[in-house]
Amino acid sequence: MGAFGHYLAAHFDTLKLEFWALFVGGVANGFLYGMIAVGYTLVYGVLRLINFAHSEVFMSGGFAGYFVMRALVGQSVPSGFSSVGLILLGIVASGLAGALVATLIERVAYRTLRRRNAPKLAYLISAIGASYFLFNLAGKEFGHLSVSMPQPYINHPVFHIFGAPVEMYYVIILVVSVAMFVLLDRVVATTKLGRGIRAVAQDAETASLMGVNIDRTIAITFIVGGTLGGVAGFLFGLNIGVVYTMGFVPALKAFTAAVLGGIGNLRGAMIGGLILGIFESLCVVFVQAAYIDVVAFGILVLVLLVRPTGILGERLGRSA
Amino acid sequence: MLEVKDAVVRYGAITALHGISFSVERGEIVTLLGANGAGKSTTLRMLSGLHAPASGQILFEGRDISATKAHDFAALGISHVPEGRRIFPQMSVEENLEMGAFTRRDSVTEDMGRMYETFPILKERRKQLGSNLSGGEQQMLAIARALMAQPKLLLLDEPSMGLAPMIVETIFAIIGDIRSSGTTVLVVEQNASQALRLADRGYVMENGRIAFSDAASTLLHDERVRAVYLGESVES
Repeated sequence: MGAFGHYLAAHFDTLKLEFWALFVGGVANGFLYGMIAVGYTLVYGVLRLINFAHSEVFMSGGFAGYFVMRALVGQSVPSGFSSVGLILLGIVASGLAGALVATLIERVAYRTLRRRNAPKLAYLISAIGASYFLFNLAGKEFGHLSVSMPQPYINHPVFHIFGAPVEMYYVIILVVSVAMFVLLDRVVATTKLGRGIRAVAQDAETASLMGVNIDRTIAITFIVGGTLGGVAGFLFGLNIGVVYTMGFVPALKAFTAAVLGGIGNLRGAMIGGLILGIFESLCVVFVQAAYIDVVAFGILVLVLLVRPTGILGERLGRSA
Repeated sequence: MLEVKDAVVRYGAITALHGISFSVERGEIVTLLGANGAGKSTTLRMLSGLHAPASGQILFEGRDISATKAHDFAALGISHVPEGRRIFPQMSVEENLEMGAFTRRDSVTEDMGRMYETFPILKERRKQLGSNLSGGEQQMLAIARALMAQPKLLLLDEPSMGLAPMIVETIFAIIGDIRSSGTTVLVVEQNASQALRLADRGYVMENGRIAFSDAASTLLHDERVRAVYLGESVES
């Protein structure tokens, strides 16, 4: 005890407040990671491949949201209904952009190779190529400097949790990601479309005997994952701003989250995202802010060593 | 109903079927016999679009379907019960049945009820995952799943494989019932004696060719068949 004990006692309230503030931030980041991770896990489920161009889906969503905000948000920060409307417009635009870019990636970098029965390594390389092409194109077109997004809402605290403020930004992330995730989860579990996706994930050939169009199902998983990834890019950019390289680190962390939760497993992607987001955020208190990325990717290495199937294991196939 | 003319199937450099021709008439049970690697499964896979013929023709109800894609066969009226049953392991029995009716737009509850009548064990287990069923239950589910598409032609690949003799009897009795209810059946079997007792006609395949064919009752007493296939299965 000694000096450290006295320090703890004296600063307990401050530490507690800091802890909860960071926890809230970690949860919000975790939801964003989860939304991106869903894209990895869905595509992995049906193709057994990691879409390493998914980072650019995220980036495109960020830019789509940025352009909509820049066009529509004026000098003063909007509030009330106009805020809600603007955020919804940003979500729609970024979701569409994400879906579009994901579809392009599937058509160009994946389907062409599938037609030729290419080995797995070829997909990896073509996805990385597509990623470089897309982010460099964005850098060329939109500039190489980070630009902040015009704010469509006033970021005041909405409520407090153990004394720590929960700002509007976090509430938006929470509402949007939970809504999208629950909708996706239900669609996959209960609809014919979802049954088709699960059938392809479990046994693609037999699924085709049942009349499931495999190409179409694969395209749908890219669209769905692209939509969530694009919206995540918009929500991320609202706070941090957008730049052509913005996809790299968050997407790599989301990939970590997907592996952590069990790649191929939808709920695992969300759980993995949350765990990773909270862990790396709290690392500011317990380790050092500079070690955030070390902690995040340390987790990836650890998971791969200890439990390669992740927390929940692979089971996109399952209904629950 | 089904006519195959001089069909050739290749896997890369290997030719699996060297131009086979055969036919199945409406209401028949036809069996394809042959040793492992004779091309029986490849033939069925060709008839489901899983391997397109490199040359030759497949006519179904007079229509050329040689270039039709696998996912369009169910809607044509051809259902395939694949080798090894291939139940969706992480889906419930009920969901597996729903998968069988994937291309149908009408209500399937009535047909599902009928399947549960034919296979009471499936009704008991309808909430269980496919992976938790026994081999015999899985085979029944695989057949029921294929029937959910309301096929005109049912393709069965080794329905007796790995099953206890009593279950095999049950499965073959069910195949007989399926034909009686108006579905044509093409069955590939290792268990030649069972298959020939059930079938109307049989084709014997050897090395990717059809060696000979005849009425099933004739083949059952054919010396070549008895020596090569029945000898084994009678003893086992």
